[in-house]
Amino acid sequence: MATETQTGAAEQGAGLAFHPMDQFIVKPLFGDGAVGLFTVTNVTLWMALTVLAIIGLMVLGTSSRSTIPSRIQSVAELCYGFIRKMVEDVAGKDALPYFPYVMTLFLFILFSNFLGLIPGSFTTTSHIAVTAVLAMLVFLTVTLMGFIKHGAGFLSLFWISSAPLPLRPILALIEVISYFVRPVSHSIRLAGNMMAGHAVIKVFAAFAPMIILSTGIGLIVTPMSILAITAIYALEVLVSFIQAYVFTILTCVYLKDALHPHH
Amino acid sequence: MATETTAAAQGHVSPLALEEAGKCVDTHGGAIGLPQLCGEWMGNQVFWLVVALVIIFFVLSRIALPRIGAVLAERQGAITNDIAAAEDLKAKAVSAEEAFNKAEADARTAAQAIIADAKAEIKGDLDEAMAKADAEIAAKAAEGEKAIAEIRNNALANVTEVAKAATKDIVAAMGGKADAKTVNAAVTARMKG
Repeated sequence: MATETQTGAAEQGAGLAFHPMDQFIVKPLFGDGAVGLFTVTNVTLWMALTVLAIIGLMVLGTSSRSTIPSRIQSVAELCYGFIRKMVEDVAGKDALPYFPYVMTLFLFILFSNFLGLIPGSFTTTSHIAVTAVLAMLVFLTVTLMGFIKHGAGFLSLFWISSAPLPLRPILALIEVISYFVRPVSHSIRLAGNMMAGHAVIKVFAAFAPMIILSTGIGLIVTPMSILAITAIYALEVLVSFIQAYVFTILTCVYLKDALHPHH
Repeated sequence: MATETTAAAQGHVSPLALEEAGKCVDTHGGAIGLPQLCGEWMGNQVFWLVVALVIIFFVLSRIALPRIGAVLAERQGAITNDIAAAEDLKAKAVSAEEAFNKAEADARTAAQAIIADAKAEIKGDLDEAMAKADAEIAAKAAEGEKAIAEIRNNALANVTEVAKAATKDIVAAMGGKADAKTVNAAVTARMKG
């Protein structure tokens, strides 16, 4: 506590360690070297845990194949039914071949989000690099599939035939812009939500040890920050599911556009 | 905290300068700006993401989803079969109930017929007995009436006799001479009136 004796104003700031963004740092698991393309990092660890959790639920949980399901098998069936129904309802019956693809995205995001809520963990979905790849996968799939299935007819997605003729070019311009903004909003929505919540929790966590520095104001600040961490954590649990759901349902909506581009 | 002060004393490099140099962490391993925007790490993340997605996709599409789909279909089949069986049994129960109702209705009609027969038989017997009794009563009554008529006739004859005798006696007592024929005629005429 050398700094505290030196300057008055800097004392409190130096005593409380604010590093809300440190949790997002990618570092090698073994050694201290630079992060190369194939380096085993904390990203690798938490993605591996995500994969293992998904295998645990969807493969090991259903290994008994019982007609009367166990608890874990019920959960796996619930996920299956939930996403399958979503694909069927939103994108239509002919989108069912893409169900495993949508299921992959949903389960990966869901488990990454929830594993990221474990204190001290690394949230892979809080990184733009990760969510951008997910969003670009959806965008490219949808665009390519649209052109393969409908050829140039896919462009009728942008030509709204139900609108009055003079409005159509303007609407087409807006539609094209919104089409290309899709992957951006799709990826930033997920990463932004995850990052913001985790950063806020970390900021409140930094306020929590206030009672060690000052028994005066600390008596108020410490309980309040702990309360705030609890509340935000509860919110984050909700957000973790909702963001996975939103990402998946938007994927289905985009799939519908590719399969049925005519308004 | 001591290290921090010494590091600062040694000439702390400003975060902005580090960021411009393409560094993502400062000398203490803390984040500079948004770690999400650090280009150095992106390749690594994308690589491991693709690996993870490929594994998940193959595990899901080859093992998990067909298995769950089969389990759900099997359950649906079992439920459909059970419902069909239940419906079969229900139909059987309904037909059994119908048969029972029919048997009951038949039994009821038969019972009604038996009751009606018994009633008719009893009525016949009763009528017969009544008729017999009526006839007997009528015979008795006729007999009685006959006896009464006889008694009355006898009585009338007696009274006529007595009246004639009395009249003769009275006439004789009055000092008249009673002609039997005249007295008889007069008494008979009076008795008629």
